[in-house]
Amino acid sequence: MKAAPFEYFRVADVDEACAMLAADESARVIAGGQTLVPMMVMRLARPTRLIDINRIVALSYIRADGDAISIGATTRQYLVEHDALIAAKLPLLARAIPFIGHAATRARGTIGGSLANADPAAELPLIAVILDASLSYRVGSASADIPAREFFVGPMTTALPAGACLTDVRFPVWPGKVGVGFHEVNARRSDFAFVSAAAQIELTDDGKAKRIAIGVGAATDCPIRLESAEKQLAGTELDASKVKDAVHAALADIEPLADLHATAAYRRRVAATLAARAIADARAHAQGKIHAH
Amino acid sequence: MSAGHHRFVSTDRRVREDRRFVVGKGRYVADIDLPNTKHVALLTCPYPAARIKCIDKNAALAMPGVRYVLDGAELAAATLPLMTGLDTPNVPRRPLALDIARYSGEWVAAVVADTRAQAEDAAEAIDVTYEPLPFVLDAEQALASGPLVHEAHGSNVLLDKTLVWGKVDKDFAASPRKLSLRVKWGRSSTVPIETFGVVASWDPWREILDVYASIQMPRYADQISAALKIPSKSVRVHYDVDVGGSYGVKRGIKHTVLCGFLARRLDFPIRLIEDRLENMRGGDAHGPERLFDVEVAFDDAGIVRSMKMRALENLGAYAGRSPFQLGKPIGSIVGPYKIKSVEYRAIAVVTNKTTQDAVRGFGQGPTNFALERVMDEVANVLGLDPLEVRRRNLIRHEEFPYLIPSGTTYDSGDYHTVIDKVLANMNYEALKQERDRLRTEGKLAGIGIAACLEPSGGNATFEALLNPAITTSTFMDSCRINVDGMGAITATMHTTSSGQGHETLVGTVIGEVLELDPDSIRVTRTDSLNSLPSGTPVGSRMAIMLGGAAFHAALKLKAKLTAIGAHDLGIAPERVVYDQGSVFDCNAPQNKRTWADLVQIAHRNIHRMPKGFEPGLAVSHVYEVPTGGTLPTPDGRVQMYPCFSFEFHLILLSIDPDLGTPQIVRYRLGHDCGTQINPKIVRGMTMGGIAHGIGAALHEEFAYNDEGQLIAQTFMDYLLPSSHEVPAVDIIDHETPSPHTVLGQKGSGESGYLGAPAALANAVNDALRPLGVSINTLPLKVSKLGDLIAAARAKGK
Amino acid sequence: MRIKLTVNGAAHELDIEPRTTLLDALRDHLNLKGAHAGCEHGVCGACTVLVDGVAVRSCLMFAPQAEDAAITTIEGVTPGPGELSPIQDAFCETHGMQCGYCTPAMILTAHALLAANPEPTREQIVEAISGNICRCTGYAQIVEAIALAAERMRGVNRPSEEVRK
Repeated sequence: MKAAPFEYFRVADVDEACAMLAADESARVIAGGQTLVPMMVMRLARPTRLIDINRIVALSYIRADGDAISIGATTRQYLVEHDALIAAKLPLLARAIPFIGHAATRARGTIGGSLANADPAAELPLIAVILDASLSYRVGSASADIPAREFFVGPMTTALPAGACLTDVRFPVWPGKVGVGFHEVNARRSDFAFVSAAAQIELTDDGKAKRIAIGVGAATDCPIRLESAEKQLAGTELDASKVKDAVHAALADIEPLADLHATAAYRRRVAATLAARAIADARAHAQGKIHAH
Repeated sequence: MSAGHHRFVSTDRRVREDRRFVVGKGRYVADIDLPNTKHVALLTCPYPAARIKCIDKNAALAMPGVRYVLDGAELAAATLPLMTGLDTPNVPRRPLALDIARYSGEWVAAVVADTRAQAEDAAEAIDVTYEPLPFVLDAEQALASGPLVHEAHGSNVLLDKTLVWGKVDKDFAASPRKLSLRVKWGRSSTVPIETFGVVASWDPWREILDVYASIQMPRYADQISAALKIPSKSVRVHYDVDVGGSYGVKRGIKHTVLCGFLARRLDFPIRLIEDRLENMRGGDAHGPERLFDVEVAFDDAGIVRSMKMRALENLGAYAGRSPFQLGKPIGSIVGPYKIKSVEYRAIAVVTNKTTQDAVRGFGQGPTNFALERVMDEVANVLGLDPLEVRRRNLIRHEEFPYLIPSGTTYDSGDYHTVIDKVLANMNYEALKQERDRLRTEGKLAGIGIAACLEPSGGNATFEALLNPAITTSTFMDSCRINVDGMGAITATMHTTSSGQGHETLVGTVIGEVLELDPDSIRVTRTDSLNSLPSGTPVGSRMAIMLGGAAFHAALKLKAKLTAIGAHDLGIAPERVVYDQGSVFDCNAPQNKRTWADLVQIAHRNIHRMPKGFEPGLAVSHVYEVPTGGTLPTPDGRVQMYPCFSFEFHLILLSIDPDLGTPQIVRYRLGHDCGTQINPKIVRGMTMGGIAHGIGAALHEEFAYNDEGQLIAQTFMDYLLPSSHEVPAVDIIDHETPSPHTVLGQKGSGESGYLGAPAALANAVNDALRPLGVSINTLPLKVSKLGDLIAAARAKGK
Repeated sequence: MRIKLTVNGAAHELDIEPRTTLLDALRDHLNLKGAHAGCEHGVCGACTVLVDGVAVRSCLMFAPQAEDAAITTIEGVTPGPGELSPIQDAFCETHGMQCGYCTPAMILTAHALLAANPEPTREQIVEAISGNICRCTGYAQIVEAIALAAERMRGVNRPSEEVRK
């Protein structure tokens, strides 16, 4: 299980990375490598050139950016996991990060890498979609942004143009009385989820959902928002039976994945269960009844 | 665990092997670097069945570093097919497919190159023209019709044998109640973290093939020499290689024949370390996939009188010893119960799946699972408590030795006491209340029980039972002890070791007999040309067999020391007392000969030795399996393994009804393997067995899709339990010594694994019972449980 | 290509193909055989080493990526010939292994855990080693080894000053 031969280049900045990507369409960026290397050693991915962006200092950061938090593409997942700003401002991200692989893979795995690989079962794409994150990339010398909801287009497929290098992801911070919930089901606790669901809610002082975002991952080709449920539940007290009906209706038309681990019927059904649980947790969290961790 | 009258045995001693492992100085096959070694990678067949029309090697041969490309035709012309257990000459098994490949992942060609990466590059460049052929994956379909996997055999059936012990028809007719159940054990295996590996090197001047391998297998050197058509004295298997886990499957005979051939053909050392894909697809290391139809006859009290069991085994494409995994369970076919008569039909079919090999328990785990599921259903239909039904059927302590219908006499046991001890620790009524409380909280919850036997000692007469051409009744192991001229003791064992602590075993037993600190005794592992006979660590046998050999060798040494001392003291041997390496006159303790004195006499003062004694202090003992030495009777009865360990599992499990996720809430095990020579080792084996059983019951399956492709071929899809999936287990030990063994020990190499899947399946079914559904196909995967529960709830509405 | 690796405090220069994983570089080029290949796709954890003190999968890094990092292998945490670290000794005390194949990685994971958290709970130990698959032990004696090592390293077993006087 050895990778096919490739040339290795370690680049110092994004300009250099983009120039190399432009020069060779079979070149690929490597960040943490926790997804790419297994694919390479099984020869499912065979880049001719590997452009290592790990040393680009300018791509590793976590910083407040107006009403958002910006995270550099090569920021290691374990740094985000243990970051005080993230814990305070992006509780849903903080809640979900420990579910990504194991400590040893989070030590190398990056925020941008997980997003760019777009595994349907990965946690970060789901969080990005729920929080309406904005992803920034460079192609040549041009920069562009793309909303998370338009970024993920299929299993392991994104809207990132050829030759682009992901640079930053910007997560909006919700003000107010915010609560989060995250659930996933798998056979072993640290594996890719069969289904995951998350919710973030802002409650009014009288306990109504001022703002609500609900999403489901791993059930379909890409993480999805349950928009109809969000609309139905906004302004309500998130009564359990209403939540149940709303998420069921929102999931009625999805086309769930089926594989070795779970049937399509299982994914559809459990997506509804987990979404309802995530909403219940988020509500209780916002009310101060449970802690995020 | 009390040490009783022992000095070292059963005491809480460290395991000597551990010191090298914790510093990364184990010596595994992949650590062996012989100069000029070349590397092998394999090209495998992408189809479940295909005719190999043409293999074009030219592009591969032109690639950097490539030394050779070997195909099945060249190898088959120079070697004999691999040994099989059954007489099935038209089902030959070879390292590389010849003309037809019969499963996806079967090896078609081998590339030899300077590096493994180069070999993989070249394997991709071999151009093979295949003609896909019809294939069959399902055992019942293979049995009924299905395309033939081996045309020349004329059928997909390699074994179909019915054995009847006792008056089955009469017992069934006389019983007021009958029940039948179909259960299936899924295709899983032991899947060690180290894949199989071998390094082979040929010395044409000495005419020796040196083999280093991660092997756990009887008659390995014999099989290499037979297949390569070289004398067995030309095969030197190095046993001083640490094996990174095996639990039965490390039997890479095809790997070794391939590398042995290449080493001789090319004249440089050849190394093949399977990568994980090769290991999962084409390592021929899958385990049983067995469908049971069981029928039992019983009365209103739940006493089971008779059983009919039909076991259909899906062997995969070829067979080595694997069909015999239907034979071993015959030696404990009634489990720990007093079932009077049994009809057993064992059928083994070939299909277009990866070949099987021996897995922990050698077929016993599936059989225990089937039997224990049936016992639960007996209780269920009678409305009796499953524990009570078991108590009523279990053999009682005073009934041992106990002869079962298939001809084996169980050595000893105290099953009721083991259960009582477990329940003293965890009140059964309280446990039921806890289950019921979980149910009122909206969970599904169930209690799972399994009472299972672990046959141990490896008297493998099932071979002769299933294949009358085999007349083997000898199953030995050996130990040699030498005290050198400086007085140091070195003992040798004659096989490899894969984590069972055999060096510790030998040191402890010899130390016990000689009353000397075991840590002062060196234990080495020899090679096959310097070895006494060994049956190798299969069949949960080493504590019994290597322990027995070491014990007897030590007794011989002690006798010799005593005789030398008596002679030198000028007194009768009966008057001499042996005491921690010295001997003295029991009437005059001041008259003694120390260890140094005795060594001096034996090594340098033959004039002081008793007449006719060999100089030096070298002894050896070849130990035959207790109760061995008989062949089956014409009506199919035979004594199999000598010793029978007992395990009683008690589990409380809950299932999230919306997700189908099972969670083990409590796990308690009663375990009786007689005298525990090293309690740390026994506990580790047992816990590891439970973890492996959790995998087989809930997570692990070599799943295939309809196109015949193995879809669980990486560790992302074949799910080995992690620390999260294995609960804390309370193990309650009991000790019923075996009358057949030197220290009362029985085996524990398969403990935990032989009952955990049965207990988990019973717990899941108890949890599902309120929904009116049951599940009898392993593994009990989350999605499968979730869908079953959802369907039952929908129906209930 | 030529790369420089710093392993267990020593600098090495290697001539390797870029596709060489850190695991293969350590084993095949530096003769450090304590890191083991189990799955080579990042699941089993048998290849775990410390990179700048953090436990990572050496099968998921290409060797050139490890330049300038401080790499620690099992050979680097062993105090000296015949001497064991407290964690290694604790694994021997509880027999937290059988075949030994996953053991060096398990011990390095324990080192990383105890460096960050000297007083882990059972759950934290279980979580920390959940990325290291052991097929032999069922983990119980491994968890006990790490708990014992933590206890000893915190000095719980150390005689008090009073006793020493």
